[in-house]
Amino acid sequence: MNQGLIPTEAVSKLIQELNKLPGIGPKSAQRLAYHLLRTPEEQTGLLVEALLSVKQKTRLCSTCFNITDSESCSICRSDQRDRSKICVVEQPQDILALEHTGSYRGLYHVLHGAISPTEGIGVDDLRIRELLERLQEVSTDEVILATNTNLEGEQTAMYLNKVISPLGIRVTRLARGLPFGTELEYADDVTLTRAIEGRQEF
Amino acid sequence: MVEMSRPRTYQTEAIIIRKTKLGEADRILTLYTPHLGKLQAVAKGVRRPRSKLAGHLELLTHSLVSLARGRNLDTITGSQTINSFLSLKSDLELTSFGLYATELLDQFTADGIENYSLFQLLLQTMHNLCQGGDNELALRYFELHLLGSVGYRPQLQRCVACQSALEPVTSWFSPAAGGILCPNCRHSQPLTYPVSVSGLKVLRFLQSNDYRTASRLKITPELSRELEDITRNYIRYLLEREPKSAAWLDTLRK
Repeated sequence: MNQGLIPTEAVSKLIQELNKLPGIGPKSAQRLAYHLLRTPEEQTGLLVEALLSVKQKTRLCSTCFNITDSESCSICRSDQRDRSKICVVEQPQDILALEHTGSYRGLYHVLHGAISPTEGIGVDDLRIRELLERLQEVSTDEVILATNTNLEGEQTAMYLNKVISPLGIRVTRLARGLPFGTELEYADDVTLTRAIEGRQEF
Repeated sequence: MVEMSRPRTYQTEAIIIRKTKLGEADRILTLYTPHLGKLQAVAKGVRRPRSKLAGHLELLTHSLVSLARGRNLDTITGSQTINSFLSLKSDLELTSFGLYATELLDQFTADGIENYSLFQLLLQTMHNLCQGGDNELALRYFELHLLGSVGYRPQLQRCVACQSALEPVTSWFSPAAGGILCPNCRHSQPLTYPVSVSGLKVLRFLQSNDYRTASRLKITPELSRELEDITRNYIRYLLEREPKSAAWLDTLRK
């Protein structure tokens, strides 16, 4: 319906592509497109370069499968990290979130998903075999399971516990309970149960 | 004829049996209800960290759900957990059984068809799995009664081909014929699975009794596997594919 109002095919194509990005609806796509039209060509050139290089220059760390631009990511390479601990997460973004707290100094392992039988995502679809290989090669004191607390994350954590515990390595799970800033009366049963079970000395 | 306008909002008990992502923060949930059958609804914002609804709308949860009618799909406006089945979800094997049962239910039912006894069957099975009894037996019970409820009741009383009574010898289950073939008629079907004398007794017993009675059976691992072969292959034949969660059951067993 808007065909007559969009000046050129190039602009409408740009809007179409921007619209595909998450959280960018037709109005935002339009706003961005028109902004880019006004931006000097030098700037848009930089954007194009950044977009291309992100695909060409990034890869997965061969040890922990975090996003990196070289064979090994900065965390795996660093000698400042506590190499006796590995924190297992579902996605690279989870590493960002944990690093942001500054409270964890160990290593990571990214599974790139969680076990979801109904979607057909099983052990072979995740980086689980690589985690087990890693645990065989390097002596590790503790594996911290930091998968999400939904059903898939819990299943993944339970499965990993089952296959890692026999190796004699301590397996821990992030504390589950009430998020900061919540009201007790709105919390669901599972969260409250876990919060009560996991209570600690004040 | 006067058309009653449906109320804008309504409430229903439901078990959440499936979920898919929608947009950035939403989900489409498949609910199985006592009186509205299977229904799809949008749960807005449940993938956001501070979502109040998310915990009450996890898979394998029995909830009282409030909905508002929408043009396409109805939207969930509230949910109160009746039973979170935490003991089920805290066990890897039990969760896999629960997901298998809900996947079968989802595959064998269509939207909007009320089937109160099927809702009860699912709910009861989830409770049964938490009792610590023979969980494989609970699953076989579920499968047989689900199949019966949706029109695929296995014919176990007589030979489906020649109608003769079944002798106490090994007979053969034919998915295509939907029942047992006597040794004489076995070759009338290309694909059959052996049913031992005990196997047939157990299948009949499960089919015609309530779970409390059926659960008193004590069966050997070999017999358990025989029964599983029969039901899983029959299901695979009817669905024309293996349920995705069946593969996970096998992985865990290894």
